[in-house]
Amino acid sequence: MNSPLRRLSVVVLAMFVLLMGNATWVQYGPPAGALNDDPRNVRTIYREFGRDRGPIVVAGDQVAYSEPVDDPFGFQRIYTDGPLYAPVTGHFSIVFQSTGVERYANDVLNGTDASLLLQRIQQLFTGGSQQGGSVELTIDPAAQQAAWDLLGDQRGAVVALDPRTGAILAMVSKPSYDPSVLAGHSTSAVNQAWQELLEDPDDPMVNRTIAGDLYPPGSTFKLVDLAMILESGEYTPDSEVPAPTEYTPPGTSTPIRNPGGAVCGNGTTATLTEALRVSCNTPFSSLAVQMGADALQEQAEAFGFNQDLEVPMRVTPSVFPSDLNDPQLAQSAIGQFDVRATPMQMAMVSAAIANDGVLMTPYLVATERGPNLDVTGTAEPTVFSRPISAATASMMTEMMVNVVDNGTGYPAQIAGVEVAGKTGTAQSGIEGVAPSAWFTAFAPADDPQVAVAVVVEEGGDLGNEATGSRVAAPIAAGVIQAVLGS
Amino acid sequence: MATVAPTRPRAGRNAEIGLLLLALVVGVSAYAIVGLNLSGELPPDLWRHLALLAGMAVVLHLALRWRAPDADPVMLPLVIGLNGLGLAMIARIDVSLESRGLTAGFAGRQLTWTIIGVALAVATIVLLRDHRMLRRFTFSAMVAGLVLLCLPMVPVIGREINGARLWIGVGGMSFQPAELAKILLAVFFAGYFVTRRDALTLAGTKMLGLRFPRLSDLFPIVLIWAISVGVLVVERDLGTSLLFFGLFVSMLYVATEKVSWIVIGLLLVAVGVVFAYLTFPYVAARFDVWLHALDPEIFNRDPGGSGQLVRGLFGLAAGGLMGTGLGQGHPDLVPYANSDFIVASLGEELGLTGLLAILIMYLVVAQRGLRAAIGVRDGFGKLLAAGFAFVIAFQVFVVVGGVTRLIPLTGLTMPFMAAGGSSLVANWIIVAIMLRVSDAARRPAPSGAGSVVGNETAAIALADLDRHAARTSSPRSLFGWDHVTDAETSSSSAVAHEDDTFASAPTEHIGTRSDLAAIADDRLTQARGDTDLDDGAGMSRERLDGPGGSERGTSERVVGLSRDIPAASGPDRTPSDPEVTGVIDPDEERGTSR
Repeated sequence: MNSPLRRLSVVVLAMFVLLMGNATWVQYGPPAGALNDDPRNVRTIYREFGRDRGPIVVAGDQVAYSEPVDDPFGFQRIYTDGPLYAPVTGHFSIVFQSTGVERYANDVLNGTDASLLLQRIQQLFTGGSQQGGSVELTIDPAAQQAAWDLLGDQRGAVVALDPRTGAILAMVSKPSYDPSVLAGHSTSAVNQAWQELLEDPDDPMVNRTIAGDLYPPGSTFKLVDLAMILESGEYTPDSEVPAPTEYTPPGTSTPIRNPGGAVCGNGTTATLTEALRVSCNTPFSSLAVQMGADALQEQAEAFGFNQDLEVPMRVTPSVFPSDLNDPQLAQSAIGQFDVRATPMQMAMVSAAIANDGVLMTPYLVATERGPNLDVTGTAEPTVFSRPISAATASMMTEMMVNVVDNGTGYPAQIAGVEVAGKTGTAQSGIEGVAPSAWFTAFAPADDPQVAVAVVVEEGGDLGNEATGSRVAAPIAAGVIQAVLGS
Repeated sequence: MATVAPTRPRAGRNAEIGLLLLALVVGVSAYAIVGLNLSGELPPDLWRHLALLAGMAVVLHLALRWRAPDADPVMLPLVIGLNGLGLAMIARIDVSLESRGLTAGFAGRQLTWTIIGVALAVATIVLLRDHRMLRRFTFSAMVAGLVLLCLPMVPVIGREINGARLWIGVGGMSFQPAELAKILLAVFFAGYFVTRRDALTLAGTKMLGLRFPRLSDLFPIVLIWAISVGVLVVERDLGTSLLFFGLFVSMLYVATEKVSWIVIGLLLVAVGVVFAYLTFPYVAARFDVWLHALDPEIFNRDPGGSGQLVRGLFGLAAGGLMGTGLGQGHPDLVPYANSDFIVASLGEELGLTGLLAILIMYLVVAQRGLRAAIGVRDGFGKLLAAGFAFVIAFQVFVVVGGVTRLIPLTGLTMPFMAAGGSSLVANWIIVAIMLRVSDAARRPAPSGAGSVVGNETAAIALADLDRHAARTSSPRSLFGWDHVTDAETSSSSAVAHEDDTFASAPTEHIGTRSDLAAIADDRLTQARGDTDLDDGAGMSRERLDGPGGSERGTSERVVGLSRDIPAASGPDRTPSDPEVTGVIDPDEERGTSR
């Protein structure tokens, strides 16, 4: 029996070699990496939470930071002024995927980013615990607070940019939520809070500045029309353009009227400047139809419509539809039909005009620092696109200053500062739903330091009586003042 | 002068002390590290833990010294080490379970069962003086084994947990009789196979180049096996039925050396698996889980989903090469982390290096068992040790294979490490029996053999040997089927040798002719390789060449001494096989009353 016994021992050996090989494969080979990255892997979350996560900083103050606590997780994420900064910081939760800067700058905050490699090696030798790096944002706390206060109880969003660099100075979305309720360590409590937030009819977790359902831009889109018109070289601000009281585009019998049925210019023609000042619809619609959908789409896309953007959060692209027929084009030209925009997009339009026609890419993260406060990364402003020439920008600036000084934008006037802006009152198209009130502006007109876009949902406090000028413009003015004042 | 004076090789008990210390260090320091990592200080009952483990090791060692001084020195320390590691990990998981508010307290129970298991092992070593005593209970073992297998089906005491009826509850404690049935059926298989060995090997029809046995020989054993497997299937314990099947086929192969058995076995497994897959939905679910574990739909399915397996894999991946460290991983996230999935817990916290070390520990235990099987001289002992060694190895293979997704999960648990009293106790008894067999295998020749004799004496002895050679060199002896003629010789040898470890009486009475005849018979016994009478009667061939050494060389040497007597005779002698395999001749056994 000894030879079969020997063979049996070889079989046993082979079985164990197979086992050991397979164990090596699973634990150390390629599947191990995929298993560790699997989103269902709770251990990764525990590891994340066990870290001393770095803070998110606004103007020297920490708006999100980790504090050591005596529980299995080790550290508790704390948010100062949770709802105010929620659109920016996002939340960091043991149960749900994080959002905002918590998610997109995660590698820096939890200390695993390549830029922090040197620090990690140092920590390995000094025996210090692994700490995350800090992320400093471009936000101006005064502007952020001003936007928050001025929105009041209304639903909407405010975005403020520095047109010279693209730095985001304010990003407010209302209604908001407190990320602290999702940062707790009790899975059941977090789940319950999440459910409550989801079921809230006002959708507090939607970041209306860069995402959500977007809004029809209304008359603020006329800036894009104007850019296209002026860029063509065939028109100047003083050109007389057709401005009938009613304009019926070819292919339909539904006319387009001016706001309130008002007469534009002399009832037949008007200058472009005049058309913008009182926000006539008919000239822009007829010129758009005349110049063609492709040209308008091209101009819109140059400003950022239909384009991808990450700030570092992903911005939902604003929509300018393709293959428009004339009636649709006429409606799109006045920011209705299927045109949709985020406040971020409209702020970018103003910023491009403000910055001599050069649109800088918006960004939120100014500096990244290691745990010992050494700078590990700084933002470098980049050019997003050049939608218009400097000459066109200059012409449009003048026209927009005229809107604020003499036109629908008068509530945005600020003593001692020249403000250039454009109002918008976008119909919802749904029976019983009030229009969205828009205002986009930049100031000071001669040396712009801030470009802002405000949208108030469903007319805000004024409901059906709302207009961009009455509801949105004062908010923009307040934000501009906060930026310039500080 | 004819001199054969083998030295007594080291039994290894002193080496065992060193290894036991090492095993205790491993087990107790693992326990200490668990406490240090989890709470920052040594566990409060560390010294009690150390005392208990050390006490058990000492008692076992002394029992071995007393009753089985030549037992394998490596097996016991390995088993103590594995048991200690298991205890440490179960304690570690207890702490996590407590902090989450779930039921804990497994460590205390495991320690209690360890003590019970060790006590039973000591009792086995002390009371079972010779493993061949078990052979008498072949039939009763079969009956008892089947009864135990059927017990969970009895309505009053049978319990159903998680859909499987594996347990019986007696006075608040639950017990898995299949574990004990494993031992009893192994004894039965060994006894039956060794008795029917010739028939199973030689009789039967040749088909497709393989020799298949006769139905009459096959039928009883297959019936018993099918009953046990059927009972297990009804009780929904497919893992244990797979284990029994492996035990059966491996012992049958070792007993008969026929590859046809393995072929039949694999075919039956394939048929069984396909049948189970098609008939039982939960088996199909297990295959689903195995093949598509990471699929979200299968992950979320509950019950019958891959959640447990995938979480175990997450744990293993989190462990990586060096592990997260005892107490610093999250093994408690896996259901049944302290029993079915203790391998995943150990893999997570000790890393790949720790897991490989543990696998090698099991491998060495199995290989030492097989070594004992090779070295022991009687067929029953070989089969018994081989069966037990293989069952441990196969169980580890099935468990670790399931956890690492090599094969589908079966619900078996790791011997010695997993939380589970019945499994622990049964495995300790298995180890005790394997130690007993290894003692018989490694026992050196009695001091009486190999004494110096004068030339005259040697000449007379050799003349007697020649006479015997002439008598037995008939064609039948050449073919080895001459056990009938040898009966008288064997019975005379039997008379000369009592059931005594050192039957050296003949060699001490040097001088009379009858004593010389006895010496000659001594030599003959060696020459024939009849191992039934090896209690000091024959010179241990192993001692000539070392443990498990080449029997071929020994038989050649003995042949040389006995001048052309065939190296050994016995029912397994085929003309072309020069090896001595030392099978109990059933006729001979009957001749020797024990």
